[in-house]
Amino acid sequence: MEAMISDLLAGFPDAVLSAQSTFRAVMEAMARPGTIQRVAATVGVPSGLTRAAAALALTLFDHDTPVWLDPALATGPDVATWLKFHTGAPVVAETVRASFALIRDGGLLPDLESFALGSGEYPDRSTTLILQVASLGEGRAYELRGPGIDGAATLCTAIAPDDLFDRLAINEELFPRGIDVVLVHDDSMVAIPRTTRLVVAGG
Amino acid sequence: MYVAVKGGERAIENAHRLLAHERRGDRDVPEISLAQVAEQLGLAVDRVMGEGSLYDRELAALAIKQARGDLIEAIFLVRAFRATLPRFGVTEPVDTGQMRVQRRVSSTFKDIPGGQVLGPTFDYTHRLLDPQLVHGIEPAPPAVGEASDASTPRVTDILGRDGLIEPSPQAQADADVGDLTREPLGFPAERDLRLQNLARGDEGFLLALGYSTQRGYGRNHPFAGEIRFGEVEVEFMAEEVGFAVPLGSIELTECQMVNQFKGSATEAPCFTRGYGLAFGQSERKTMSMALVDRALRARELGEDVLAPAQDEEFVMSHSDNVQATGFVEHLKLPHYVDFQSELGLLRKLRKEFEEANAAPSLQEAAE
Amino acid sequence: MNAPTYNFAYLDEQTKRMIRRAILKAIAIPGYQVPFASREMPMPYGWGTGGVQVTAAILGPTDVLKVIDQGSDDTTNAISIRKFFAKTAGVTTTTSTEVATVIQTRHRIPEASLRAGQVLVYQVPIPEPLRYLEPRETETRRMHALAEYGLMHVKLYEDIARFGHIATAYAYPVKVNARYVMDPSPTPKFDNPKMDNCPALQLFGAGREKRIYAIPPYTSVVSLDFEDHPFTRYKFDAPCALCGAADSYLDEIVTDDKGSRMFVCSDTDYCEGRQAAGHRGSQAAAPHKEAAHD
Repeated sequence: MEAMISDLLAGFPDAVLSAQSTFRAVMEAMARPGTIQRVAATVGVPSGLTRAAAALALTLFDHDTPVWLDPALATGPDVATWLKFHTGAPVVAETVRASFALIRDGGLLPDLESFALGSGEYPDRSTTLILQVASLGEGRAYELRGPGIDGAATLCTAIAPDDLFDRLAINEELFPRGIDVVLVHDDSMVAIPRTTRLVVAGG
Repeated sequence: MYVAVKGGERAIENAHRLLAHERRGDRDVPEISLAQVAEQLGLAVDRVMGEGSLYDRELAALAIKQARGDLIEAIFLVRAFRATLPRFGVTEPVDTGQMRVQRRVSSTFKDIPGGQVLGPTFDYTHRLLDPQLVHGIEPAPPAVGEASDASTPRVTDILGRDGLIEPSPQAQADADVGDLTREPLGFPAERDLRLQNLARGDEGFLLALGYSTQRGYGRNHPFAGEIRFGEVEVEFMAEEVGFAVPLGSIELTECQMVNQFKGSATEAPCFTRGYGLAFGQSERKTMSMALVDRALRARELGEDVLAPAQDEEFVMSHSDNVQATGFVEHLKLPHYVDFQSELGLLRKLRKEFEEANAAPSLQEAAE
Repeated sequence: MNAPTYNFAYLDEQTKRMIRRAILKAIAIPGYQVPFASREMPMPYGWGTGGVQVTAAILGPTDVLKVIDQGSDDTTNAISIRKFFAKTAGVTTTTSTEVATVIQTRHRIPEASLRAGQVLVYQVPIPEPLRYLEPRETETRRMHALAEYGLMHVKLYEDIARFGHIATAYAYPVKVNARYVMDPSPTPKFDNPKMDNCPALQLFGAGREKRIYAIPPYTSVVSLDFEDHPFTRYKFDAPCALCGAADSYLDEIVTDDKGSRMFVCSDTDYCEGRQAAGHRGSQAAAPHKEAAHD
């Protein structure tokens, strides 16, 4: 029982420097879509989350960021309790209110347009999806183009839902409104900001 | 032989040393203490607490001393310190109706329940420099009377009972009060944020804007319904114990302006309100604030926005003296790179201008 | 009265989180100005509070920081900001563009090409490129939303009609990723081409105006112009008098009261590097270093 409580309470060993290094990883990921960045800090992880997702939560969430948990994370108490303890972020039921959405089972990903997409005047007021995927660096190859990419980049990933990148085509129609995604696996992350255009490589 | 400019680091250190020296002044004159500033320059301390948005007399006195009496610099010092303080929560609204008034005047009624209380005011002093203060005097102790336990209801509440003035808008219990030091400001801004902006705003700026409304730039026919100054209790709702815990008392000045309003087809005519509140005794500030608050309600009350004081983007974007002084004074930082760019362009344009004007006369001469 | 204590890189963690979230959205929407709750910093608005907040939010103990003002590491405000971070974050500082991982700048982009992995942080006074044409934020925000930039083109065209040129020498507006018109901060237009397709990440912080914006690496940045009046970079007539560089932005130095002038690199690190490599201009001298003192 004691072990369970200490597991639950673990966060970053050094809140200041761990958050800084994790932020630089996600900033680099967002600035260079398709590149794989790693979380260097050690981090306590509640069951259901990957290390990278947990580190991002500790780095970016607080009282001012409503968070939506997908059904796979919302059913167990661990993640919500852990988030509340470490970040104070309110967990919300409506996707449209969420600053961040944590998604464990991409197969159950709601319609992307149900999340906050920002407005024409304030396109930044949009949800950032943090989506756990089966692999980064292996799997189906996608070609990425857009700001942050010198020509084209290739991303290999095994991902659910398998039509995610097709669904992200709404970013092209909606821009500057849109949705930004961070794919996470173990301690790795890849960002797909709304400016990135994806096609199946060779397809 | 040209040598690139270096040595900035030592120049900065020496400038700081010289500044400290000048701040101290003639060392044969005793150094001023924080208690002296707090006790004898109390209105300066009040202004620094108000516009610095931090109620701490000792820190404000320190800031005034450190700033060599430059109050905007002192306000800046307090603000920069405030930005580093952790935030524990928000107090319960203070009840100015329960204020222990030291001064309380209404211009709209000859007498009011609880009475007019003149209190410490410059209002009826004759502005003659006082030779007695040159070397200092021990003033006579203040006159003391029987403590009154009569309540001092707010004049606007008295008017409100008869529906002669619009009801004071009630805060929604579950809605957060905005805080422009924590959230980026967007326009249009609601009244909570406008009042916060004005409370932090420069007294001189608000004075000039308030004055402009009286002279016809957004006139709103004000009466000083009431100005009161005194102590109020501050309480904090402690979730753990389930009731409000007193934190102490602070001095506030409150001004409620009563303004004309014509009414409409659907609403009976009634007076409207302008509100001012500041730390300490700050009558000029709160009266100006109340005039500008009323002017900024133009949109809400369906009035045409024609004058500067009614224009919330204009007022709110320029009221903050720390922002304003920073941007005005930053012009003294080096701009020689931009200037070089302008210089190059100007020389080119002048050369082309001269060539263009010279060309026809040459042609004429040839003909 | 207790002496206040400050966090690593001065800002508290909640403020850093707020700024970090704004930076991520700024990168995701290149050239769009993200509002943020700028804090009051211990230096005045106008001295680089926006840049300082961005730098404080990204800086880590392994970073190497360079600060320039007008291209120089030795201007008083550059020294002051560098000392601030050396003191509050204990980071290594440098004057070398090559070595730096984070470069905070006011009014210049270094001459040496930036590389992937570097971050250039600009101090911005007025982030809104349309502000001088339309003072209202509500209006300019709407114009950006609709990509309605006619007003800007009219202004530039009026310049051409009046002067024969676009009479903007610095803070020359650009279009980022073919969408947002953006103010590059008051850098000379000489520097504009360096922003285009740059391998480094460019972040912009405006403290008083409470805005953060960004240009991701390898992003198209086009200076606004017209087909018959293309953007041209300002060219100097002579090379740097100290290092002989013919490709750098030059400061004009008045050397006596008879109107004598000389032109030297504004980027002091670039100039000193060239001199150290043996390049000489017409009036080369060993650069004078500040004497060490305690």
